[in-house]
Amino acid sequence: MADKDLEVVAVAVTKNTHKNRDLAQLLTAASCALIGGISPSVNAADSWDVDSAFLLYSESDGRVSAAEPVISATKNYDEETKLTFKIAADTLTGASPNGATPSDHVQTFTSPSGKGSYDAAAGEQPLDDTFKDTRIALSTNWSAPIDRDWAYGVGGYLSKEHDYQSLGVNGSLSRYLNQKNTTLTLGLNLSSDTVNPEGGVPTGLVQVPLNNSDSEFTQRTDSDNKSLVDAVFGITQIINRKTIMQFNYSLSTSSGYLTDPYKIISVIDDNAGTNFGGNFQSGSRDLYLYEKRPDSRLKQSIYWQTKYQFDNDDILDVSYRYMFDDWGINSHTIDAKYRIHFDNQYLEPQLRWYTQSKADFYHRYLNSSDYTNADFASADYRLGDLDTYTLGLKYGYKFADETEFYTRFSVYHQESSGDKGYGKLTSQELYPGLDAAMLIVGYKF
Amino acid sequence: MQKIISVIGLLAVPIILSGCSDVGVKPWERDILAQQEMNLISDPIENSLNDHIYFSKEASSGGQGFGGGGCGCN
Repeated sequence: MADKDLEVVAVAVTKNTHKNRDLAQLLTAASCALIGGISPSVNAADSWDVDSAFLLYSESDGRVSAAEPVISATKNYDEETKLTFKIAADTLTGASPNGATPSDHVQTFTSPSGKGSYDAAAGEQPLDDTFKDTRIALSTNWSAPIDRDWAYGVGGYLSKEHDYQSLGVNGSLSRYLNQKNTTLTLGLNLSSDTVNPEGGVPTGLVQVPLNNSDSEFTQRTDSDNKSLVDAVFGITQIINRKTIMQFNYSLSTSSGYLTDPYKIISVIDDNAGTNFGGNFQSGSRDLYLYEKRPDSRLKQSIYWQTKYQFDNDDILDVSYRYMFDDWGINSHTIDAKYRIHFDNQYLEPQLRWYTQSKADFYHRYLNSSDYTNADFASADYRLGDLDTYTLGLKYGYKFADETEFYTRFSVYHQESSGDKGYGKLTSQELYPGLDAAMLIVGYKF
Repeated sequence: MQKIISVIGLLAVPIILSGCSDVGVKPWERDILAQQEMNLISDPIENSLNDHIYFSKEASSGGQGFGGGGCGCN
Protein backbone atom coordinates (compact mmCIF):
# COMPACT_ATOMS: atom_id res chain seq x y z
CA MET A 1 0.00 0.00 0.00
CA ALA A 2 2.69 2.46 1.07
CA ASP A 3 4.81 1.30 -1.87
CA LYS A 4 2.02 1.98 -4.28
CA ASP A 5 1.40 5.49 -2.98
CA LEU A 6 5.08 6.32 -3.04
CA GLU A 7 5.22 5.11 -6.59
CA VAL A 8 2.33 7.32 -7.64
CA VAL A 9 3.92 10.30 -5.92
CA ALA A 10 7.27 9.58 -7.53
CA VAL A 11 5.60 9.48 -10.90
CA ALA A 12 3.55 12.60 -10.19
CA VAL A 13 6.61 14.53 -9.07
CA THR A 14 8.74 13.60 -12.05
CA LYS A 15 6.27 13.32 -14.90
CA ASN A 16 6.70 16.16 -17.30
CA THR A 17 3.69 15.66 -19.46
CA HIS A 18 1.12 17.50 -17.45
CA LYS A 19 0.74 21.21 -17.38
CA ASN A 20 -0.84 23.72 -15.07
CA ARG A 21 -0.05 21.57 -12.11
CA ASP A 22 -1.02 23.04 -8.83
CA LEU A 23 1.99 22.79 -6.55
CA ALA A 24 -0.08 23.08 -3.39
CA GLN A 25 -2.29 20.23 -4.49
CA LEU A 26 0.73 18.13 -5.27
CA LEU A 27 2.27 18.81 -1.88
CA THR A 28 -0.98 17.93 -0.19
CA ALA A 29 -1.12 14.74 -2.15
CA ALA A 30 2.47 13.91 -1.28
CA SER A 31 1.93 14.48 2.42
CA CYS A 32 -1.23 12.39 2.35
CA ALA A 33 0.72 9.57 0.79
CA LEU A 34 3.49 9.87 3.37
CA ILE A 35 1.00 9.86 6.24
CA GLY A 36 -0.21 6.50 5.08
CA GLY A 37 -2.24 6.62 1.96
CA ILE A 38 -5.41 8.31 3.14
CA SER A 39 -6.42 9.56 -0.24
CA PRO A 40 -6.08 7.40 -3.32
CA SER A 41 -6.75 10.32 -5.65
CA VAL A 42 -3.30 11.82 -5.36
CA ASN A 43 -3.16 13.12 -8.87
CA ALA A 44 -3.48 16.74 -9.64
CA ALA A 45 -3.31 16.18 -13.35
CA ASP A 46 -6.68 16.67 -14.99
CA SER A 47 -5.74 18.55 -18.10
CA TRP A 48 -5.78 18.51 -21.88
CA ASP A 49 -2.53 17.93 -23.78
CA VAL A 50 -2.57 18.95 -27.41
CA ASP A 51 -0.07 17.59 -29.89
CA SER A 52 -0.12 19.13 -33.35
CA ALA A 53 2.11 18.76 -36.37
CA PHE A 54 2.35 19.48 -40.06
CA LEU A 55 4.16 17.27 -42.53
CA LEU A 56 5.40 18.23 -45.96
CA TYR A 57 6.63 15.41 -48.14
CA SER A 58 8.08 15.84 -51.58
CA GLU A 59 9.59 13.37 -54.03
CA SER A 60 12.19 14.20 -56.62
CA ASP A 61 11.40 14.49 -60.34
CA GLY A 62 7.92 15.84 -59.73
CA ARG A 63 6.55 12.61 -58.36
CA VAL A 64 4.28 12.56 -55.30
CA SER A 65 4.07 15.46 -52.93
CA ALA A 66 1.95 15.44 -49.82
CA ALA A 67 0.87 17.78 -47.06
CA GLU A 68 -0.56 16.40 -43.84
CA PRO A 69 -1.75 18.36 -40.82
CA VAL A 70 -2.47 16.33 -37.67
CA ILE A 71 -3.86 17.36 -34.33
CA SER A 72 -4.47 15.20 -31.31
CA ALA A 73 -5.91 16.14 -27.94
CA THR A 74 -5.55 14.00 -24.85
CA LYS A 75 -7.61 14.45 -21.72
CA ASN A 76 -5.72 13.13 -18.71
CA TYR A 77 -8.00 12.06 -15.90
CA ASP A 78 -5.06 10.77 -13.90
CA GLU A 79 -1.65 9.27 -14.60
CA GLU A 80 -3.10 6.19 -16.24
CA THR A 81 -6.56 7.19 -17.41
CA LYS A 82 -6.76 9.13 -20.63
CA LEU A 83 -8.93 9.83 -23.61
CA THR A 84 -7.41 10.83 -26.95
CA PHE A 85 -8.98 12.24 -30.08
CA LYS A 86 -7.00 12.63 -33.25
CA ILE A 87 -7.74 14.08 -36.64
CA ALA A 88 -5.43 13.97 -39.65
CA ALA A 89 -5.92 15.13 -43.21
CA ASP A 90 -3.65 14.61 -46.14
CA THR A 91 -3.57 15.71 -49.70
CA LEU A 92 -1.48 13.97 -52.32
CA THR A 93 -0.66 15.18 -55.78
CA GLY A 94 1.86 14.24 -58.42
CA ALA A 95 2.73 11.22 -60.45
CA SER A 96 3.16 7.63 -59.40
CA PRO A 97 4.83 4.75 -61.32
CA ASN A 98 2.10 2.68 -63.00
CA GLY A 99 4.21 -0.48 -63.11
CA ALA A 100 4.90 -0.62 -66.87
CA THR A 101 8.50 -0.77 -68.09
CA PRO A 102 10.11 2.12 -69.98
CA SER A 103 10.33 1.51 -73.70
CA ASP A 104 12.25 2.61 -76.82
CA HIS A 105 9.09 4.32 -78.11
CA VAL A 106 6.40 6.61 -76.74
CA GLN A 107 3.88 4.61 -74.72
CA THR A 108 0.25 5.58 -74.32
CA PHE A 109 -1.72 4.40 -71.31
CA THR A 110 -5.43 4.40 -70.60
CA SER A 111 -6.17 6.47 -67.51
CA PRO A 112 -7.71 4.54 -64.57
CA SER A 113 -11.17 5.98 -65.27
CA GLY A 114 -10.98 4.95 -68.92
CA LYS A 115 -11.98 8.47 -69.92
CA GLY A 116 -8.58 9.60 -71.11
CA SER A 117 -4.99 8.65 -71.64
CA TYR A 118 -1.46 9.74 -70.76
CA ASP A 119 1.90 9.21 -72.40
CA ALA A 120 5.39 8.24 -71.34
CA ALA A 121 8.22 9.42 -73.61
CA ALA A 122 10.72 6.90 -75.00
CA GLY A 123 13.15 5.77 -72.31
CA GLU A 124 11.12 7.34 -69.53
CA GLN A 125 9.59 5.64 -66.54
CA PRO A 126 5.81 5.52 -67.07
CA LEU A 127 4.14 7.66 -64.41
CA ASP A 128 0.42 8.02 -63.90
CA ASP A 129 -0.04 11.74 -63.39
CA THR A 130 -3.76 11.46 -62.68
CA PHE A 131 -2.80 10.53 -59.13
CA LYS A 132 -4.52 12.86 -56.67
CA ASP A 133 -6.19 12.24 -53.37
CA THR A 134 -7.38 13.78 -50.13
CA ARG A 135 -7.83 11.75 -47.00
CA ILE A 136 -9.44 12.50 -43.67
CA ALA A 137 -8.78 10.22 -40.72
CA LEU A 138 -10.37 10.33 -37.29
CA SER A 139 -9.45 8.19 -34.34
CA THR A 140 -10.12 7.97 -30.65
CA ASN A 141 -8.63 5.97 -27.83
CA TRP A 142 -9.45 5.40 -24.20
CA SER A 143 -7.08 3.76 -21.73
CA ALA A 144 -7.52 3.12 -18.05
CA PRO A 145 -6.46 0.80 -15.24
CA ILE A 146 -8.73 -2.07 -14.19
CA ASP A 147 -6.98 -2.56 -10.88
CA ARG A 148 -3.42 -2.53 -9.51
CA ASP A 149 -2.26 -5.22 -11.91
CA TRP A 150 -4.34 -4.80 -15.02
CA ALA A 151 -5.07 -2.04 -17.52
CA TYR A 152 -6.99 -1.85 -20.76
CA GLY A 153 -7.44 0.35 -23.78
CA VAL A 154 -10.09 0.60 -26.47
CA GLY A 155 -10.15 2.63 -29.65
CA GLY A 156 -11.70 3.16 -33.01
CA TYR A 157 -10.85 4.88 -36.28
CA LEU A 158 -12.40 5.96 -39.50
CA SER A 159 -10.68 7.18 -42.61
CA LYS A 160 -12.04 8.28 -45.92
CA GLU A 161 -10.62 9.18 -49.29
CA HIS A 162 -12.49 9.33 -52.57
CA ASP A 163 -11.65 5.74 -53.52
CA TYR A 164 -11.01 4.12 -50.14
CA GLN A 165 -12.71 3.87 -46.75
CA SER A 166 -11.52 2.20 -43.62
CA LEU A 167 -13.31 1.52 -40.37
CA GLY A 168 -11.55 -0.10 -37.44
CA VAL A 169 -11.76 -0.96 -33.78
CA ASN A 170 -9.01 -2.04 -31.42
CA GLY A 171 -8.47 -3.08 -27.87
CA SER A 172 -5.62 -3.97 -25.57
CA LEU A 173 -5.15 -5.61 -22.22
CA SER A 174 -2.04 -5.17 -20.07
CA ARG A 175 -0.86 -7.10 -17.05
CA TYR A 176 1.77 -5.59 -14.74
CA LEU A 177 4.16 -7.92 -13.00
CA ASN A 178 7.16 -7.63 -10.74
CA GLN A 179 6.28 -4.21 -9.20
CA LYS A 180 5.35 -2.92 -12.66
CA ASN A 181 8.82 -3.64 -13.98
CA THR A 182 7.34 -6.06 -16.48
CA THR A 183 4.26 -5.36 -18.57
CA LEU A 184 2.61 -7.96 -20.76
CA THR A 185 0.29 -6.52 -23.40
CA LEU A 186 -2.08 -8.15 -25.82
CA GLY A 187 -3.59 -5.95 -28.52
CA LEU A 188 -6.15 -6.73 -31.18
CA ASN A 189 -7.21 -4.63 -34.14
CA LEU A 190 -10.00 -5.30 -36.61
CA SER A 191 -10.51 -3.30 -39.73
CA SER A 192 -12.96 -3.37 -42.56
CA ASP A 193 -11.96 -1.50 -45.70
CA THR A 194 -13.75 -0.72 -48.93
CA VAL A 195 -11.97 0.02 -52.19
CA ASN A 196 -13.95 1.84 -54.85
CA PRO A 197 -11.42 2.63 -57.56
CA GLU A 198 -11.74 5.32 -60.15
CA GLY A 199 -13.39 3.55 -63.11
CA GLY A 200 -14.47 0.49 -61.09
CA VAL A 201 -12.60 -2.67 -60.09
CA PRO A 202 -10.51 -3.91 -63.04
CA THR A 203 -10.10 -7.61 -63.87
CA GLY A 204 -6.67 -8.86 -62.90
CA LEU A 205 -4.28 -10.10 -65.61
CA VAL A 206 -6.57 -8.90 -68.39
CA GLN A 207 -5.40 -6.48 -71.08
CA VAL A 208 -5.90 -2.82 -70.19
CA PRO A 209 -8.64 -1.63 -72.60
CA LEU A 210 -8.34 1.44 -74.81
CA ASN A 211 -11.17 3.26 -73.06
CA ASN A 212 -14.25 2.84 -70.89
CA SER A 213 -16.53 1.77 -73.75
CA ASP A 214 -14.74 -1.59 -73.73
CA SER A 215 -16.62 -4.60 -72.32
CA GLU A 216 -13.94 -5.02 -69.62
CA PHE A 217 -15.05 -1.66 -68.24
CA THR A 218 -18.77 -2.17 -68.57
CA GLN A 219 -18.73 -5.48 -66.62
CA ARG A 220 -16.83 -3.98 -63.66
CA THR A 221 -18.17 -3.75 -60.14
CA ASP A 222 -17.87 -0.41 -58.37
CA SER A 223 -16.21 -1.61 -55.21
CA ASP A 224 -14.58 -4.45 -53.35
CA ASN A 225 -13.69 -5.14 -49.73
CA LYS A 226 -10.81 -6.15 -47.60
CA SER A 227 -10.62 -7.02 -43.95
CA LEU A 228 -7.70 -6.99 -41.57
CA VAL A 229 -7.04 -8.62 -38.23
CA ASP A 230 -3.91 -7.65 -36.32
CA ALA A 231 -2.74 -9.08 -33.03
CA VAL A 232 0.27 -7.87 -31.07
CA PHE A 233 1.75 -9.57 -28.06
CA GLY A 234 4.34 -7.49 -26.23
CA ILE A 235 6.61 -7.62 -23.22
CA THR A 236 7.95 -4.36 -21.84
CA GLN A 237 10.72 -4.71 -19.30
CA ILE A 238 12.40 -2.07 -17.17
CA ILE A 239 16.02 -3.13 -17.04
CA ASN A 240 17.32 -0.47 -14.67
CA ARG A 241 16.80 3.18 -13.78
CA LYS A 242 17.97 4.28 -17.21
CA THR A 243 16.97 1.46 -19.54
CA ILE A 244 13.66 0.21 -20.85
CA MET A 245 13.20 -2.56 -23.39
CA GLN A 246 10.32 -3.90 -25.43
CA PHE A 247 9.83 -7.10 -27.38
CA ASN A 248 6.76 -7.63 -29.58
CA TYR A 249 5.44 -10.39 -31.73
CA SER A 250 2.73 -9.41 -34.21
CA LEU A 251 0.49 -11.30 -36.51
CA SER A 252 -1.49 -9.60 -39.23
CA THR A 253 -3.88 -11.17 -41.68
CA SER A 254 -5.59 -9.41 -44.51
CA SER A 255 -8.09 -10.90 -46.88
CA GLY A 256 -10.20 -9.72 -49.76
CA TYR A 257 -9.16 -7.32 -52.50
CA LEU A 258 -5.44 -6.70 -51.88
CA THR A 259 -4.58 -5.72 -55.46
CA ASP A 260 -3.68 -2.17 -56.42
CA PRO A 261 -6.38 -1.32 -59.01
CA TYR A 262 -4.21 1.33 -60.68
CA LYS A 263 -1.11 -0.78 -61.27
CA ILE A 264 -0.37 -2.55 -64.53
CA ILE A 265 2.39 -4.81 -65.86
CA SER A 266 4.06 -4.87 -69.28
CA VAL A 267 4.27 -7.99 -71.41
CA ILE A 268 7.64 -8.20 -73.18
CA ASP A 269 8.25 -10.01 -76.47
CA ASP A 270 10.58 -12.98 -75.91
CA ASN A 271 10.30 -14.33 -79.45
CA ALA A 272 13.63 -14.23 -81.27
CA GLY A 273 13.55 -11.45 -83.88
CA THR A 274 13.76 -7.69 -84.28
CA ASN A 275 11.39 -7.00 -81.37
CA PHE A 276 13.21 -9.28 -78.90
CA GLY A 277 12.91 -7.53 -75.50
CA GLY A 278 10.45 -4.93 -76.84
CA ASN A 279 6.80 -4.46 -75.92
CA PHE A 280 4.68 -7.41 -77.02
CA GLN A 281 1.85 -6.44 -79.36
CA SER A 282 -1.73 -7.55 -78.88
CA GLY A 283 -4.58 -6.09 -80.95
CA SER A 284 -1.90 -3.97 -82.72
CA ARG A 285 -0.93 -2.13 -79.52
CA ASP A 286 1.48 -2.67 -76.62
CA LEU A 287 0.15 -5.25 -74.19
CA TYR A 288 -0.34 -4.22 -70.57
CA LEU A 289 -2.24 -6.28 -68.04
CA TYR A 290 -3.89 -5.17 -64.82
CA GLU A 291 -1.92 -6.56 -61.89
CA LYS A 292 -3.37 -9.23 -59.62
CA ARG A 293 -2.37 -10.18 -56.08
CA PRO A 294 -3.52 -13.11 -53.94
CA ASP A 295 -6.65 -12.49 -51.89
CA SER A 296 -5.02 -13.17 -48.56
CA ARG A 297 -1.81 -12.26 -46.80
CA LEU A 298 -0.39 -13.35 -43.46
CA LYS A 299 2.37 -11.16 -42.03
CA GLN A 300 4.37 -11.85 -38.90
CA SER A 301 6.92 -9.65 -37.25
CA ILE A 302 9.17 -9.46 -34.27
CA TYR A 303 10.12 -6.09 -32.91
CA TRP A 304 12.69 -5.12 -30.31
CA GLN A 305 13.25 -1.64 -28.95
CA THR A 306 15.56 -0.29 -26.28
CA LYS A 307 15.79 3.17 -24.85
CA TYR A 308 18.71 4.21 -22.69
CA GLN A 309 19.50 7.48 -20.99
CA PHE A 310 23.17 8.33 -20.50
CA ASP A 311 24.59 10.10 -17.43
CA ASN A 312 24.66 13.37 -19.39
CA ASP A 313 20.89 12.98 -20.12
CA ASP A 314 21.41 12.07 -23.79
CA ILE A 315 18.98 9.38 -24.93
CA LEU A 316 19.65 6.52 -27.31
CA ASP A 317 16.61 4.88 -28.91
CA VAL A 318 17.28 1.81 -31.06
CA SER A 319 14.85 -0.62 -32.62
CA TYR A 320 14.93 -3.59 -34.93
CA ARG A 321 12.09 -5.29 -36.78
CA TYR A 322 12.05 -8.52 -38.73
CA MET A 323 8.96 -9.08 -40.85
CA PHE A 324 8.03 -12.04 -43.02
CA ASP A 325 4.86 -12.99 -44.84
CA ASP A 326 3.34 -15.73 -46.95
CA TRP A 327 3.85 -13.67 -50.12
CA GLY A 328 7.55 -14.45 -49.81
CA ILE A 329 8.57 -11.02 -48.57
CA ASN A 330 10.87 -10.64 -45.64
CA SER A 331 12.35 -7.45 -44.33
CA HIS A 332 14.73 -6.00 -41.78
CA THR A 333 14.42 -2.52 -40.31
CA ILE A 334 16.88 -0.79 -38.02
CA ASP A 335 15.99 2.58 -36.58
CA ALA A 336 18.27 4.63 -34.33
CA LYS A 337 17.85 8.02 -32.72
CA TYR A 338 20.20 9.86 -30.42
CA ARG A 339 18.89 12.85 -28.49
CA ILE A 340 21.43 15.38 -27.26
CA HIS A 341 20.17 17.82 -24.63
CA PHE A 342 21.26 21.44 -24.27
CA ASP A 343 19.33 22.88 -21.31
CA ASN A 344 15.81 23.33 -22.69
CA GLN A 345 16.72 22.45 -26.27
CA TYR A 346 17.66 19.22 -27.96
CA LEU A 347 19.07 17.93 -31.21
CA GLU A 348 18.28 14.45 -32.41
CA PRO A 349 20.03 12.81 -35.36
CA GLN A 350 18.03 9.89 -36.76
CA LEU A 351 18.99 7.03 -39.00
CA ARG A 352 16.84 4.30 -40.49
CA TRP A 353 17.75 1.43 -42.76
CA TYR A 354 15.23 -0.90 -44.36
CA THR A 355 15.66 -3.82 -46.73
CA GLN A 356 13.08 -6.18 -48.19
CA SER A 357 13.12 -9.18 -50.50
CA LYS A 358 10.57 -9.44 -53.28
CA ALA A 359 7.17 -11.12 -53.24
CA ASP A 360 6.98 -14.44 -55.10
CA PHE A 361 4.61 -12.96 -57.67
CA TYR A 362 6.58 -9.76 -58.23
CA HIS A 363 7.84 -9.49 -61.79
CA ARG A 364 9.18 -6.36 -63.42
CA TYR A 365 7.47 -7.59 -66.61
CA LEU A 366 5.88 -10.77 -67.96
CA ASN A 367 7.09 -12.73 -71.00
CA SER A 368 4.92 -13.09 -74.08
CA SER A 369 5.53 -16.87 -74.17
CA ASP A 370 4.08 -17.61 -70.75
CA TYR A 371 2.12 -14.63 -69.40
CA THR A 372 -1.15 -16.53 -69.79
CA ASN A 373 0.07 -19.06 -67.21
CA ALA A 374 0.50 -16.50 -64.43
CA ASP A 375 -1.90 -16.82 -61.49
CA PHE A 376 -0.74 -13.59 -59.88
CA ALA A 377 1.58 -10.84 -60.99
CA SER A 378 2.53 -7.36 -59.86
CA ALA A 379 5.23 -4.97 -61.06
CA ASP A 380 4.71 -2.64 -58.10
CA TYR A 381 8.26 -1.80 -57.03
CA ARG A 382 7.06 -1.75 -53.41
CA LEU A 383 6.76 -5.54 -53.66
CA GLY A 384 10.18 -5.95 -55.28
CA ASP A 385 13.70 -6.11 -53.88
CA LEU A 386 14.10 -2.78 -52.16
CA ASP A 387 16.50 -0.96 -49.85
CA THR A 388 15.65 2.35 -48.25
CA TYR A 389 17.55 4.81 -46.09
CA THR A 390 16.32 7.71 -43.99
CA LEU A 391 18.62 10.33 -42.55
CA GLY A 392 17.08 12.96 -40.33
CA LEU A 393 17.77 15.68 -37.83
CA LYS A 394 15.28 16.90 -35.28
CA TYR A 395 15.48 20.05 -33.20
CA GLY A 396 13.27 20.76 -30.21
CA TYR A 397 12.77 23.69 -27.87
CA LYS A 398 10.96 23.38 -24.54
CA PHE A 399 9.42 26.56 -23.21
CA ALA A 400 9.19 27.42 -19.52
CA ASP A 401 5.47 26.60 -19.50
CA GLU A 402 6.33 23.04 -20.64
CA THR A 403 5.05 23.53 -24.17
CA GLU A 404 7.38 22.28 -26.86
CA PHE A 405 8.19 23.25 -30.41
CA TYR A 406 10.03 20.87 -32.69
CA THR A 407 10.99 20.51 -36.30
CA ARG A 408 12.53 17.67 -38.22
CA PHE A 409 14.05 17.51 -41.65
CA SER A 410 14.83 14.18 -43.22
CA VAL A 411 15.78 12.73 -46.54
CA TYR A 412 14.53 9.36 -47.74
CA HIS A 413 16.24 7.31 -50.43
CA GLN A 414 14.97 4.16 -52.16
CA GLU A 415 16.94 1.73 -54.29
CA SER A 416 15.23 -1.04 -56.22
CA SER A 417 16.91 -3.93 -57.93
CA GLY A 418 16.02 -7.06 -59.86
CA ASP A 419 16.02 -8.88 -63.18
CA LYS A 420 17.54 -6.68 -65.90
CA GLY A 421 15.56 -8.16 -68.80
CA TYR A 422 16.82 -9.17 -72.24
CA GLY A 423 17.21 -7.80 -75.76
CA LYS A 424 15.91 -4.25 -76.20
CA LEU A 425 14.79 -4.10 -72.58
CA THR A 426 18.37 -4.17 -71.26
CA SER A 427 18.93 -0.60 -72.48
CA GLN A 428 16.05 0.66 -70.31
CA GLU A 429 16.35 1.80 -66.71
CA LEU A 430 14.03 -0.71 -65.02
CA TYR A 431 14.77 0.17 -61.40
CA PRO A 432 15.02 3.92 -60.96
CA GLY A 433 15.71 5.09 -57.42
CA LEU A 434 13.65 7.60 -55.53
CA ASP A 435 14.62 10.51 -53.34
CA ALA A 436 12.22 12.34 -51.08
CA ALA A 437 12.46 15.09 -48.50
CA MET A 438 10.26 15.40 -45.44
CA LEU A 439 9.73 18.31 -43.12
CA ILE A 440 7.75 18.06 -39.90
CA VAL A 441 6.92 21.05 -37.73
CA GLY A 442 5.16 20.36 -34.46
CA TYR A 443 3.95 22.06 -31.34
CA LYS A 444 2.85 20.40 -28.10
CA PHE A 445 0.87 22.41 -25.58
CA MET B 1 29.15 -37.05 -12.65
CA GLN B 2 25.54 -36.45 -11.72
CA LYS B 3 26.71 -35.02 -8.40
CA ILE B 4 28.97 -32.52 -10.13
CA ILE B 5 26.10 -31.42 -12.33
CA SER B 6 23.79 -30.95 -9.35
CA VAL B 7 26.48 -29.00 -7.46
CA ILE B 8 26.97 -26.74 -10.45
CA GLY B 9 23.20 -26.47 -10.68
CA LEU B 10 22.92 -25.48 -7.03
CA LEU B 11 25.71 -22.94 -7.42
CA ALA B 12 23.95 -21.50 -10.45
CA VAL B 13 20.66 -20.91 -8.62
CA PRO B 14 21.79 -17.89 -6.56
CA ILE B 15 23.61 -16.47 -9.58
CA ILE B 16 20.46 -16.72 -11.68
CA LEU B 17 18.31 -15.33 -8.88
CA SER B 18 20.62 -12.41 -8.18
CA GLY B 19 20.83 -11.77 -11.91
CA CYS B 20 17.04 -11.50 -12.07
CA SER B 21 16.81 -9.29 -9.00
CA ASP B 22 19.14 -6.82 -10.70
CA VAL B 23 16.59 -6.33 -13.45
CA GLY B 24 14.00 -3.65 -12.71
CA VAL B 25 13.78 -0.75 -10.32
CA LYS B 26 12.12 0.11 -7.04
CA PRO B 27 9.08 2.39 -7.27
CA TRP B 28 11.09 5.38 -6.05
CA GLU B 29 13.72 4.85 -8.75
CA ARG B 30 11.37 5.71 -11.62
CA ASP B 31 12.35 9.35 -11.92
CA ILE B 32 14.24 8.97 -15.21
CA LEU B 33 11.90 6.45 -16.83
CA ALA B 34 8.91 8.64 -15.92
CA GLN B 35 10.22 11.41 -18.15
CA GLN B 36 8.14 11.81 -21.25
CA GLU B 37 11.27 11.49 -23.45
CA MET B 38 11.83 8.01 -22.02
CA ASN B 39 8.44 6.68 -23.15
CA LEU B 40 8.95 4.00 -25.78
CA ILE B 41 6.84 6.12 -28.10
CA SER B 42 7.74 9.61 -26.94
CA ASP B 43 6.37 11.43 -30.00
CA PRO B 44 3.24 9.60 -31.12
CA ILE B 45 2.32 12.14 -33.79
CA GLU B 46 5.75 12.09 -35.39
CA ASN B 47 5.65 8.29 -35.22
CA SER B 48 2.28 8.12 -36.95
CA LEU B 49 3.46 10.45 -39.73
CA ASN B 50 6.51 8.26 -40.28
CA ASP B 51 4.45 5.07 -40.24
CA HIS B 52 2.11 6.53 -42.82
CA ILE B 53 4.97 7.32 -45.19
CA TYR B 54 6.70 3.98 -44.75
CA PHE B 55 3.41 2.11 -45.07
CA SER B 56 2.78 3.75 -48.43
CA LYS B 57 6.34 3.21 -49.73
CA GLU B 58 7.38 -0.21 -48.41
CA ALA B 59 5.87 -3.70 -48.10
CA SER B 60 6.20 -3.93 -44.30
CA SER B 61 4.31 -2.14 -41.57
CA GLY B 62 3.57 -2.41 -37.88
CA GLY B 63 5.73 -4.23 -35.36
CA GLN B 64 5.79 -1.56 -32.71
CA GLY B 65 2.02 -1.29 -32.83
CA PHE B 66 -0.66 -2.14 -35.35
CA GLY B 67 0.37 -2.12 -38.97
CA GLY B 68 -0.67 1.28 -40.20
CA GLY B 69 -3.48 0.83 -42.65
CA GLY B 70 -6.67 2.72 -43.07
CA CYS B 71 -5.25 4.06 -46.27
CA GLY B 72 -5.55 3.07 -49.90
CA CYS B 73 -1.93 4.08 -50.47
CA ASN B 74 -0.66 0.51 -50.50
